[in-house]
Parts: sequence; C-alpha cells; structure tokens
Amino acid sequence: MRPLLDRIQQSEVLLADGAMGTLLLGAGLKPGGCPESLNLDRPELLEEIARKYFDAGAEIIQTNTFGAAPLKLAAYGLADRTEEINRSAVLAVRRAVGDKAYVCACCGPSGKLLKPYGDTEPGVIAQSFERQLRALTAVGIDAVNFETMIDLSEAEIAVRAAKSVAPDLTVVATMTFQPTRRGLFTIMGNTIAETARRLTAAGADVVGSNCGSGIELMVEIAREFRKAGTMPVSIRPNAGIPHLVGGQPVYPETPEFMAARIPDLLSAGVSIIGGCCGTTPEHIRAFRTALDSLRS
Amino acid sequence: MELLNQIATSLQEGDDARVGELTRKAVAEKIPARQILDEGLVAGMNVVGSLFRDHEIFLPDVLLAARAMYAGLDVLKPMLVSENVPTAGKIVIGTVQGDLHDIGKNLVGIMLRGAGFEVIDLGNDVAPEKFVETATRENAQVIGMSALLTTTMTGMQRVVELLDAKGQRGRIKTIIGGAPVTAEYAREIGADAFGFDAASAVERVKELAAQ
Repeated sequence: MRPLLDRIQQSEVLLADGAMGTLLLGAGLKPGGCPESLNLDRPELLEEIARKYFDAGAEIIQTNTFGAAPLKLAAYGLADRTEEINRSAVLAVRRAVGDKAYVCACCGPSGKLLKPYGDTEPGVIAQSFERQLRALTAVGIDAVNFETMIDLSEAEIAVRAAKSVAPDLTVVATMTFQPTRRGLFTIMGNTIAETARRLTAAGADVVGSNCGSGIELMVEIAREFRKAGTMPVSIRPNAGIPHLVGGQPVYPETPEFMAARIPDLLSAGVSIIGGCCGTTPEHIRAFRTALDSLRS
Repeated sequence: MELLNQIATSLQEGDDARVGELTRKAVAEKIPARQILDEGLVAGMNVVGSLFRDHEIFLPDVLLAARAMYAGLDVLKPMLVSENVPTAGKIVIGTVQGDLHDIGKNLVGIMLRGAGFEVIDLGNDVAPEKFVETATRENAQVIGMSALLTTTMTGMQRVVELLDAKGQRGRIKTIIGGAPVTAEYAREIGADAFGFDAASAVERVKELAAQ
C-alpha cells in the first residue's frame, strides 16, 4: 500500500471507520468498565469489529486504545500493562486487515488538566503519550490519531510526543468543538483557526475534528478548517446527539441522512472522513457508496 | 467599597495571591466576614459565572478564578464560623459510579461555592449508597449528580430509588446534569431538577434549597 499521507497529498479522500465504544457496549462491555481491558481479555472481539469496518469499505481502521495511555489506565490499576494492552490492540486490527488497510492508533486525552489551571505538569502528560506511542510503534502502525482533544495545549504535547518517538509516523490530531453564540470553540476556548495553526506548527500532518456533534455542524467545522489553511483535514462526526430511549442511548442520524451530506464534506475539502460515537458499519458502508458514486 | 471591588476584580483575573492578600487586609480593617464574602468573593464569582455562560471566557479562566476564590475563602473560613454566618445551604455532589469525568462536576462545585453554598464533593465514581449516606449524615438539602457517559447515568436513578426506600425522598432533593443528561431523563427517573449548565445548576439548587 502507498503511504497514507502520499494519497492524501494527491487529493485522494480516504474513508476511516466508525465508533468502537458503541459496538463494544453492544458486545457486552460493562458500563463503567475499562474498554481497553478487552484488549487483554477478548482480542478476538476487536478483530471482529475491525473486520466489520473493513468489509464496510473503511481504509483506515483504528485500534481500541483511546484510553490506553498509562495516565488513563492508572485509574483502573492497569498502567503497568500499557505495553501489552496497546500491542494486543494493534495486532487484532492487523490480523483483521493485513496490509489491505491502514492501522491507525487511536489516542484520547490524558484526562488531566495542565498547570496552571489544572494540577498536572506538561512533562507528565508528554511521558504518558510517549510511552503509549513507543508501545504502539513497536508493533507497527501506519498512523496515529489523537482525537476528542479539548485542550489545544495538550494536543500539541501529544503531537510532539508522537513525533519525538516516531519522526516519520503520520500524525492526525482532531479536537471537539461546541457551537456558541460567538462561534465554534473547544471547551477550553480554542478556536478552529488557532487549532489549525498551532497543531500544524507542532508537527501534525492532518488536523480536524471528531465527536461532539452530528454531520451538519461538522460540515461547518470542515469549512472553517479549510479557511484556516491548506493542511489536510480529518472529520469524524457523531451520528447526532444521543437521546435516551428506555435507558439506552439512541443516535438520531441514520446512515442515509449522514451519507447524503458527504458531498458537502468533500466540497469543504476534507481528506479523511469517518465516524465517531453512534456510527456503525452500516454508516461507513453508506459513506463508501456515497464516496464511490461521487468519484465515478 | 473599593477594597472589596479590588477583591472581586483580582478574583476575575485569577490572581490568587492578590485575593488572599486583599482578603487579609479587609479582615484587618474589621470589615465583617459576611460582607467580604458577598461583596468581594461572591460578587467576583458572579461575574465569572455570567461571562462563562456567555462564552466570553472559558474553562481555564474559571478554574483560575476558582483558585483565587479559594485563596480568599481560606482566609475567611474561621471568621465565617465564629461570626455564625449561615451558608446558602449544603449540597453533596459527585460523579456517578463508573464515570471518571469530573470537569463538569468540578465546575458546578466551584459555582455553588461561589454562590455561598457549603459543598461536599465526593469526587468521581461515587456509589449510590455513598451519595445517600453522606447527604443523610451531613444533613444536606440537595444531592447533585453528574455523568458524562450514557452508560453510567443509570446510577442516578438508583440514588432516587434509595432515597425513596429510606423515606428521605423529598426531604433530600436531587439534581442531575452532564452531557448526555436531559430534563426529560430527570423527569423519567424522578429527580427533582436538571442543570443544563453550571449557571443553571446553581439557580436550580438555590430553588431546591429554599423549598
């Protein structure tokens, strides 16, 4: 396979997978349990989910490692198993897709707040990401996606950590924005223009947004990223904002509804499209059909 | 009063050292603790709360302002106790079992303290029994529960049921909030109120504590 970044730079649009947590819960992950402990206990489940997204047409498949940095695993007493948890997740996806899709490590925020508004030194967060990245790259990944970031300073630390561990690794960094009367901001107050500029300066190869909103707002977010510069953009919307039915979350946006807005994302100049919370292999299949029909 | 205005302004700027220093100065000038609290610290936090609600400032600014508020509260606390100044009420807060996200809950705690409430923060991953036991033992009027995950929010219902079983429901009020939580869900599980954001949570808690 040609390197992921080469294809993006030649104006190809790549399709990534959809939600992981939603499927894990469907497969019996206990609410409140550590999703990454499944990497040790039920790696075959991760392989099955990866295969479903691959079969649906995704070319970028993410690992179940969102909370697998040691700082995060420590909450479950699993920090000392960081290496095996990350390794198992990468191997599961690789078994499912071989070299026919890109294996992309998924890394979420540390869950800590940086000084001075929080209590954590930047170095502590950097070390945590570096250890996770060493574990992931030791097995072999095609890219890393730092996602659902809310603090731009932490996202910069994450990007730099990845580049220091693996200078040639493709690094995607995406943040979650909220609409306000004054425009789109992360909850820490970062704008899209500032995000694009600072993440690119930190060394990110692809920037963008995931989670927090459905596809219509994501089209607006994509347009703002495009206005901010020429860097490749990754967009992964939720299947809308969930409401509860009989105690179960239901995501309102159907595969058809979301797929109908794929042309808007393309005209906004997006390079990677995938799904976040509530999206399923059916969503990704519908995205694939929409992308293929636009291409032909 | 100029000194109290300076406390409020320094608090908004997140200057904890200055708020501590000015609060000590106010105490030395024999300004009643209640007045320093209301016209200095609470007044400052009120401005911070409404700027945050209007997205003029963001989480880091609120957290720094809160640190400054605590610097002042630490100075005032012994005087508030000895002057017998009543608090606005007592509330037990926490993030429900299985949920480790605490930014929203901390924010509500800050705003409640800024509004003069005594807040007992049980932290993250709090069992339903612990909410009820603590509120009963501490004679709190309100239990505030937060969840960020749709998978953990069912723990809120358990607290309402426990209060019911112990005959405390209605005497101890419940308010819930967090990203996946809605007013509809609050009604469905029988919670007494729903906080859309930190500012509205404080308004609802004021109403609950006054009942």
